[in-house]
Amino acid sequence: MARVVVDVMPKQEILDPQGQAVATALPRLGFEGISEVRQGKRFELEVADDVDDATLAKIAETLLANPVIEDFVVRRVEA
Amino acid sequence: MSPKIGVITFPGTLDDVDAQRAARRAGAEAVPLWHADADLRGVDAVIVPGGFSYGDYLRCGAIAKFAPVMGEVVRAAGQGMPVLGICNGFQILCEAGLLPGALTRNSALHFVCRDQWLKVENNTSAWTSRYDQGAELLVPLKSGEGAYMADEAVLDELEGEGRVLFRYSGDDPNGSLRGIAGITDARGRVAGLMPHPEHAIDPLTGPTDDGLGMFLSVLDVLVAA
Repeated sequence: MARVVVDVMPKQEILDPQGQAVATALPRLGFEGISEVRQGKRFELEVADDVDDATLAKIAETLLANPVIEDFVVRRVEA
Repeated sequence: MSPKIGVITFPGTLDDVDAQRAARRAGAEAVPLWHADADLRGVDAVIVPGGFSYGDYLRCGAIAKFAPVMGEVVRAAGQGMPVLGICNGFQILCEAGLLPGALTRNSALHFVCRDQWLKVENNTSAWTSRYDQGAELLVPLKSGEGAYMADEAVLDELEGEGRVLFRYSGDDPNGSLRGIAGITDARGRVAGLMPHPEHAIDPLTGPTDDGLGMFLSVLDVLVAA
């Protein structure tokens, strides 16, 4: 088994209102110096050894992320 | 025989009953379609109604696009069958690739629930022929992820080909790019919009009956066929 992490982030040019809401809350809480926050999703998959990278990319592209509005990165990590 | 309009029910769909009622009010026979069945029951058009299909887990519409019935809808749409996606149905049609773009969280992060004025931008599609160009409609809007997004090239293509069906009048309620409330595919047969015409078919239960024109429009297409 391998552990695979898929990070999904809103594309840079897409308005990220959730990230903006977090960013505007930080100064209210007394945290200064944070100029931008963007919010995404992280998926962790336990994957059989015979699942190849092309299959993982397909899973990310068709289900986990919507490539119209989101970028994704697939990486295998040490379990 | 009346034309048959199918209305899909997914787990979490809310507006299928109103969509069926709207289809019947326009003169069609409403045919319930079940998400797990790869069968359109011989319908002449399909409505993908609003709600929260599969709980909207992951992303709105992302799981619904894999439902067996949606495979049939995509196939039938390819052959020219009129398809209308309303709210969650619009999100599903975008996820399924029948319409370009995507719907994201409202810019103000709040769920918007109000009666909304729309302007008819294109009255030549299968779903809008009963309206006058530039007509203003008042129909309910109720959504948390209604901001229409697409890249500049897609937006320019939609505008250039007259595929923007409806634009929000006045304030943009959810941050949709260029105020887009509804679009159509290249043939004018597949349409999607965030506001709810099926909730505005009778002044007794809605703000107006302005939404009925969409269902009468498609009946015109189906009866003529």
